[in-house]
Amino acid sequence: MESSFIIGKFILAACVFGLSLFVAMYSTYFERKIAAFLQDRLGPNRAGPFGILQPLADGVKMFMKEEITPIVSNKWLFIFGPSLAMLTALMTGAVIPWAPTYVNGDTYFPLQVADINIGVLYLFGVVSIGVYGIMIGGWASNNKYSLMGALRASSQMISYELAMGLSIIALVMMTGTLSVREIASQQIGWHWNVLYQPLACLIFIICAFAETNRAPFDLPECETELVGGYHTEYSSMKLGFYLFAEYINMFISSAVISTLFFGGYNFPLIYNYVTDPFWVSVVGFAVMMSKTLFFIFLFMWVRWTLPRFRYDQLMHLGWKVLIPLSIINIVLTGIGMWLTDKI
Amino acid sequence: MTLYLFYILSFVAILSGLMVVFSKSPVYSVLYLIVTFFAIAAHYVLLNAQFLAAVHIIVYAGAIMVLFLYVIMMLNLNKEVEPHKPIAVKFAAVIAGGILLITLVGAMRSTQSLSKAENVNSQIGLIENLGTVLFRDFLLPFEISSVLFLAAMVGAVMIAKKDKN
Repeated sequence: MESSFIIGKFILAACVFGLSLFVAMYSTYFERKIAAFLQDRLGPNRAGPFGILQPLADGVKMFMKEEITPIVSNKWLFIFGPSLAMLTALMTGAVIPWAPTYVNGDTYFPLQVADINIGVLYLFGVVSIGVYGIMIGGWASNNKYSLMGALRASSQMISYELAMGLSIIALVMMTGTLSVREIASQQIGWHWNVLYQPLACLIFIICAFAETNRAPFDLPECETELVGGYHTEYSSMKLGFYLFAEYINMFISSAVISTLFFGGYNFPLIYNYVTDPFWVSVVGFAVMMSKTLFFIFLFMWVRWTLPRFRYDQLMHLGWKVLIPLSIINIVLTGIGMWLTDKI
Repeated sequence: MTLYLFYILSFVAILSGLMVVFSKSPVYSVLYLIVTFFAIAAHYVLLNAQFLAAVHIIVYAGAIMVLFLYVIMMLNLNKEVEPHKPIAVKFAAVIAGGILLITLVGAMRSTQSLSKAENVNSQIGLIENLGTVLFRDFLLPFEISSVLFLAAMVGAVMIAKKDKN
């Protein structure tokens, strides 16, 4: 492995890092703009034209606010919680193929930080440890509302992880691989997985909403019952980290949904017109980003449309509806593959 | 390079394993246990068994330890409320632990050093090979163990079910 390849990977990792932060930053702005649009308001419009500098103003505000560490809290874990939430949010971007592999003669550079052959399992691993940030922060605050929020978050995330994993099994059965890059490259043209696995896709999207603690599943931070949920005691940039981690998770989940089910960087007929290797990568990246941004919009659209679930309804949906449905989907996929002689 | 990684990871695994035992607060013990699991998962990656590493993280760090932490947070076990055992129980625990240690050391001494296996397939830990082995050569044991898991799950649900009377 030559050194230019390694340097290229480092640059790519830095780019993915920057992209995640940038998209998350502007998601906060668009969330408020979309909320305003759906509620027939104007939204933030003071900082810069159309309020475009609002995220910067918010960032400065977050940093400048007084930082309070409750005296009864567990100090180290109180700091560790938001850091861990941020860390796990940023880790998932490593296995997502952002664009087709750049091939120009002998030069070969995959636009994906790490192509591991268990990419899908890596995603689940990171998602499953993502809950610790919230749990540790909620417990270390030493506040009963925080603790309730943390407990809700952990039970919700464990419950929906199961349905998420089962929904993806049907997909893995069809694609025959756990590598995210291969799953993306198999969906060339119109062969998007959503057309073959619509039920799995629906279950996966619902579970992604629950995993990111977004409305209608935002019970861990349900302000009418729990003040602020797990981040009740947090202030200043530590609170900012929690909120920011949620937006990064939303961005990454959108990228995962578009990669696994909506063709990733593929778009029908586009490679008939674009042949130059550089532009293939650029167009692929643009297609990937537009799909991802659409799903971010979907996340916001749902948040400002649906009311919050009750906690027992949430558990009922997770355990008694989504898990049986995904098991039925696995059986149906098996029968379908058997009938079409795929196995 | 791999050797140094092995030493670093082993150090982390043993140190955090000791911290599990010596930590006063149960929450810290659980967190150190998670660190131990991560070090062991990294060992699996060194052995080119990525599937095992990922599943280890998902199952142990991601599910079982979350439940541990959940229970400890629910019970809110702190130093103040931790029940103090009588001195006789502590003595009994020390003696029992010491006997276990002697047994383990004796068992270790009597084992022969394993000779290095030849023709080891270094790709055996990859998921395709693992799947082929599991579903072709060991299909029946695999299915039986999954039925066992299912039975355990049904049992847990039965115990957790509220009594209607």
